[in-house]
Amino acid sequence: MTMALNTLTIADARAKLAAKEVTSRELTQACLDAIEGASALNAVVTVTAERALDMADAADARIAGGDATAMTGIPLGVKDLFCVEGVRSQAASKILDGFTPPYESTVTANLWSSGAVMLGKLNMDEFGMGSATEYSVYGPTVSPWRAQGSDAKLTAGGSSGGSAAAVAADLCLAATGTDTGGSIRQPAAFTGTVGLRPTYGRCSRWGVIAYASSLDQAGPMTKTVRDAAIMLGAMAGHDEKDSTSADIPVPDFEAALTGDIRGKKIGIPREYRVDGLSDTIAKQWDEGAAMLRDAGAQVVDISLPHTQYALPTYYVIAPAEASSNLSRYDGVRYGHRAKLSAGDGITEMYEKTRAEGFGTEVQRRVMLGAYVLSAGFYDAYYRKAQRVRTLIKRDFETAFADGIDAILTPTTPSRAFALGAAAEMSPVEMYLNDVFTVTLNLAGLPGISVPSGLSADGLPLGLQLIGKPWEEGDLLNTAFALEKAAKFETKAARWW
Amino acid sequence: MAIDTDTARRVAHLARIHVEEERLPALAEELSAVLAFMEQLSQVDTDGVEPMTSVTPMNLKRRADVITDGDRQEDILANAPDAREGFFAVPKVVE
Repeated sequence: MTMALNTLTIADARAKLAAKEVTSRELTQACLDAIEGASALNAVVTVTAERALDMADAADARIAGGDATAMTGIPLGVKDLFCVEGVRSQAASKILDGFTPPYESTVTANLWSSGAVMLGKLNMDEFGMGSATEYSVYGPTVSPWRAQGSDAKLTAGGSSGGSAAAVAADLCLAATGTDTGGSIRQPAAFTGTVGLRPTYGRCSRWGVIAYASSLDQAGPMTKTVRDAAIMLGAMAGHDEKDSTSADIPVPDFEAALTGDIRGKKIGIPREYRVDGLSDTIAKQWDEGAAMLRDAGAQVVDISLPHTQYALPTYYVIAPAEASSNLSRYDGVRYGHRAKLSAGDGITEMYEKTRAEGFGTEVQRRVMLGAYVLSAGFYDAYYRKAQRVRTLIKRDFETAFADGIDAILTPTTPSRAFALGAAAEMSPVEMYLNDVFTVTLNLAGLPGISVPSGLSADGLPLGLQLIGKPWEEGDLLNTAFALEKAAKFETKAARWW
Repeated sequence: MAIDTDTARRVAHLARIHVEEERLPALAEELSAVLAFMEQLSQVDTDGVEPMTSVTPMNLKRRADVITDGDRQEDILANAPDAREGFFAVPKVVE
């Protein structure tokens, strides 16, 4: 066998499995071998090789029995934020050191019941808080991409940087990610992969370690738009264990991929042309609009007037929800407990445990959240932010009511930055990475990043499409048309 | 609004995170910088705007009031840093 099976897309692997050209065991072994050779990337933090091969054998039996789904036998990586029964799941945090859940997240349970194969857990920013996968107890993930003529290490983005790097480097056919402020789409843009954040409520949040519950949503990270459609179908669905999960049917997202977007109205929001937007990104954006126009869509300028307030709104609401969600890490029920001195009581136990267990950025956000929720400041910060959030959502509702089908923007304001650069930035500078992605989390909308081209120094760039609630099928179809026109086929040259 | 050292100490305690006394001035500065960024929100006229409390307009469902899970003491204690005789063990709480 000379063909590298780990480089296949889900769709191609599905065809080869159905035609009995390959087995899931062969696919899975190819991925395990690729993972073994890619420790320099630090994308995979726990490998579950034995379980993977067992699951692959079960998938092969299922395929032989004629009972396969689109995901049967497909080897996947899982972001460390998802609880997987019997497998260390610690959200890249020291405070969950060694935590081994006795239960399974609904999204991963859905994937395993569709026959997908679990390869291992993927690196991320602690609790999803970060844009570079540098704030991790496992150490940073290194992007498989390097700028032309440079061997400087680059970030794979964050927080789902391990997922993005693993997909880009063909360590798995696809991976799960989660997106609270851009954590699926920004890493996808930085690594030349596709990242889909579904409508809030499309995928159950049960068993996904919580960051900010009104913003968190799981989604697929894949090599192609078609793969994102296939994988979302297997992840999504109503779940009684998550009261915010939508009780509506999951359509056949793949069937929506006709590539025909004639007559669709695509909005270009003028507020996204921010100061400091790089010329390369601006050019990509214009070219993307032209591609959609050439495919028969109508491209119009629109206004989303409250865009500039999305970031400050997010950085009130997300830390507030985080401070509440992360209060459960008390050193009592799971994970790390600090060594106590003689005479220490329960308050010292909490305070020492949380000081040792949480990284700097998590501590910062938990404290910010405690502040904006504290007596005397709640109205000025938290309630104010919730009001502005209403206005941000209304901006989108107005655009869609005016007949806009999807909104096209850049995914990120720049190409991937150097590893370590995050440490040089102030928190606010770091937060600016989310400027184009965070708006739709606040509004609960679906969004997808599609690779659109390369920067002057050969690094991938992505364009983001934002869709109407529950219309992921239509959004994926527009993304499919963009993908076909952009013809992004470059892979990272292997150095690892 | 700038945060001073005393406020930083109070916030750290509210969040139940131990911060060394000499770290407090730097922490106050960091938090102040982020809060200054949030101040932009005061420019927005939100008179008469309802705070958003639900991402998607849906009514929370009611479920039947029946027991669906339980009797999993071992599972629940399995990850505890200190579990004894079927309980979570913590430092003395009451004198």
